[in-house]
Amino acid sequence: MTDPKAYLSHLELGEKDETFLDSNELIINMGPQHPATHGVLRVVLKLDGEKVLGAECVIGYLHRGVEKIAENRTYTMFNPYVDRMDYVAAVSNGLGYCEAVEKLLNIEAPARAKYIRVILTELNRLTSHQLWLGTHALDIGAMTPLFYTFRDREEILKIFEKYCGARLTTHAFRIGGCQYETYDGFERDVKKFIDEVPPKIDEYEELLTTNRIWVERTQGVGKISAADCKALGVTGPVLRASGVKWDLRKAQPYAAYSDFDFEIPTGVNGDTYDRYLVRMEEMRQSLRIIRQAVERIPEGPIMAKVPKVIKPPVGEIYHSIEAPKGELGYFIVSDGSTQPYRVRVRPPSFVNLQALDLMVRGQLVADVIAVIGTLDIVLGEVDR
Amino acid sequence: MQPVATTFFFYFLSGLTLISAVLVITRKNAVHSALALILGLIAQANLYLMLYAPFVAGVQIILYAGGIMVLFLFVIMLVNLERTQKEGQFNKQWLVGFLAAGALGVLFVAVYLKGKDLFPAFAAAPVESNNTQLVGDMLYGQYMFAFEIASLLLLVAIIGAVVMAKKRI
Amino acid sequence: MLDYITSYLGMNTTPGQAGNIFWAVVYILIVFGGVSVAVMAMNWLERKALAHFQIRLGPMRVGPHGLLQPIADAIKLMTKEDIIPEQADKFVFWIAPLIILCASFTVYIVIPFGPTHAITDMNIGILFMLGVSSLSVLGVVMAGWSSNSHYPLLGSLRSSAQMISYEIAMGLAVLSAVLMTSLNKSGTGTLSMIGIVEAQQQQHIWFAFKFFPLGFVALVIFAIAMVAETNRAPFDLPEAESELTAGFHTEYSGLRWSLFMLGEYAAMIAVSSIAVTLWLGGWMRPFPSTLTGETWDLVFSLIPGFLFLALALIAFIGVVRMPKHPYFRIQTMGLAGFAAVLGLIGLILFVPPVRERIQDIFWFIAKVAAFMYLYIWYRATFPRYRFDQLMRVGWKVLLPISIGVLIVTAILGVAF
Repeated sequence: MTDPKAYLSHLELGEKDETFLDSNELIINMGPQHPATHGVLRVVLKLDGEKVLGAECVIGYLHRGVEKIAENRTYTMFNPYVDRMDYVAAVSNGLGYCEAVEKLLNIEAPARAKYIRVILTELNRLTSHQLWLGTHALDIGAMTPLFYTFRDREEILKIFEKYCGARLTTHAFRIGGCQYETYDGFERDVKKFIDEVPPKIDEYEELLTTNRIWVERTQGVGKISAADCKALGVTGPVLRASGVKWDLRKAQPYAAYSDFDFEIPTGVNGDTYDRYLVRMEEMRQSLRIIRQAVERIPEGPIMAKVPKVIKPPVGEIYHSIEAPKGELGYFIVSDGSTQPYRVRVRPPSFVNLQALDLMVRGQLVADVIAVIGTLDIVLGEVDR
Repeated sequence: MQPVATTFFFYFLSGLTLISAVLVITRKNAVHSALALILGLIAQANLYLMLYAPFVAGVQIILYAGGIMVLFLFVIMLVNLERTQKEGQFNKQWLVGFLAAGALGVLFVAVYLKGKDLFPAFAAAPVESNNTQLVGDMLYGQYMFAFEIASLLLLVAIIGAVVMAKKRI
Repeated sequence: MLDYITSYLGMNTTPGQAGNIFWAVVYILIVFGGVSVAVMAMNWLERKALAHFQIRLGPMRVGPHGLLQPIADAIKLMTKEDIIPEQADKFVFWIAPLIILCASFTVYIVIPFGPTHAITDMNIGILFMLGVSSLSVLGVVMAGWSSNSHYPLLGSLRSSAQMISYEIAMGLAVLSAVLMTSLNKSGTGTLSMIGIVEAQQQQHIWFAFKFFPLGFVALVIFAIAMVAETNRAPFDLPEAESELTAGFHTEYSGLRWSLFMLGEYAAMIAVSSIAVTLWLGGWMRPFPSTLTGETWDLVFSLIPGFLFLALALIAFIGVVRMPKHPYFRIQTMGLAGFAAVLGLIGLILFVPPVRERIQDIFWFIAKVAAFMYLYIWYRATFPRYRFDQLMRVGWKVLLPISIGVLIVTAILGVAF
């Protein structure tokens, strides 16, 4: 573990005679057990009174060696492990991995499978954003949106359960397509869901968007400029809220996204309030995509012709998708055998977490929690 | 309002005031002294009540016990006094202290005995229901100037405190 | 002796006015018991109402619909281990919750439930209430300091800074209401609580609607300040769990901690009663001057009885909807008994002599209950203010507005 005093050695705390309030700089440790850090994250804060001078994140409490495990599993066997990284948006993880391996094998999933993948992934984007909204609002003090968003998430999780049997770690896709055909009533359930949900999203907005306390707590907090985002490699809603219109669904379309018509919301200031607005709008755009997809699902096979034993040719590939939290990338190196030589995952939360230090400088201590919430990190992804 | 058990309450409250006064000066722990002072101030407020001056009693509680003592406590708690607590007193002057206190007491008794004619035998009990009104009339009528000066002084103190504290957040 | 006791019954004043110690003690016991029951009911109501705001059910198991939950909580807290930090100052640690409790409960001696239904009517009533409730700041400061750990100390300093900041806005709002009491023929106002309600009676208007919207703005300022004064959401940063500095009652466990909560709820009810007395007409029924006459009086006096009958009906519907499983038999019987008790109270409230006496107390308690519900509603809806924003609202927003309201009220009072 890093000793915080080792790298902040220029700091001199007062002698025993002074009270702790006399010393100018104070080092406070938040976590790893803390109700507001969304997992086992340890943040070491250097404070000057109430102002934050800098933050250092200590991670690794949830490291499970997923990438090393990948080297000892076949490509198909590794598929379930991928869900456990970003356990909130498990379907996206699966999508990214399956598409990466398909690119390595040079096969393409059939059209119907692509549409099913899009529907489930966008439903998962909704799930992830709803969870984010509930927990972020709870950290700032609004208790009620949490219960509302979880109630609405239940419908999506029921659809997942009916489709593939699992709510959280779905393992929905296979290399080459989907294993399960959509169940009877899938389209009806999804259509019912997208008809019922828009008023619920309006409900969340009504509670928060124009609430003066919410606005004061989130506007101007955790600002990051577009140049800093690009320099740090921050992606996802954080980047889009700073004004950069970059979404991999439009820039490098994958699955069936090029068939659909949707918009990419961007913000102006790059503060917490803009990130909130961007994610709310993304929820509505996801509903739009799902509506178009479910009306036009083509008939056909759901699985491409994939060999029984998957032995991709020697080579390497990097394939990234737009996960709810940002750019999720898989870099797979194959040496011709049934097990990958190396799988490197580029988790969006890991890269976004680097921005925490920049975003909390000059803010007050109570804002640190709001900023951690707005970055939408999942420690399973950060630590793998 | 009808007075009830006046003698008992008088002795009880004066005893409380005296005890708390002694506690203030004999406690080693500064916070305990402050708490004893609060007790003494509240007992004194009740004595004002017995003197048919409810407004003064209320103001004593609000300002003294609820405002000034809170300030005292803030300061005591923010200044680290542990070392002074453990130190023994290094200039014990019991004899001089007793002599001085005794002389002051003799002076008070002498004044009381000699100047008996100055104190009226039975003061007419002021009508209690007018206390607030009387105080208000005097404060805003006869003593208006002093009132304004006092509030100006307080304003200057506030501004001074804000300026001095401004370097920190 | 008997003479002493029965002589009071003929008089038409509060026991304090009459100087009758026996009846004063009886009234004190009634009020004390009533407040304790009200605090427990408030605990249950908060959990249930918060749960229903959040589309869940709240406590349902302990007693029918969770009605016995506060008792279970009390038993749990009483049987918990009483942990005192080693280096803590034991005397101050022990006395801090007592100060908060005593300050919150002492206020009840001047609260008027009716023209003669109060323990006493000091003629500095409102001043006394403000003063004694400001003594709870001392308890907060002492609780944080005696825990001998710097997070509770910081939390208590913040709490107390917040409380004393909002006391100023409270005081100025109260002042503008007291100013309105002097707008009668004799030109003198009064600080006594019963006197303030009688002034509203004489001027035939609730002070919230006097010089509209001035009285209402004063009421709103007081309502906001009282939420901040009692450290409730949205001003509860010092005691929120997800913030960095935990609250001043971190080191307290078991019964001592429950004393803090008791004091907090009692303070909430006390400041709500101030608001009701000063602006909402205290014990007067709604529309005392526009809907006058025998029939309207009768209609309004029947409302308490009907209310309890309606509550009995709701409880009875709950009985019918209980699951028919044998395990639920005791709960069903309990709920049926509760419904029967409510119905009985409703029927008793229809009897004319009871109707007369209960009128004032009922309307007062109904208005205070509305404020309590508002408290819970705020907690469910609003996020938390950050500490510097909290102080900014108290000093830069509420204080200027309340001074403005005071000045304009004085000008309008002289002009009209």
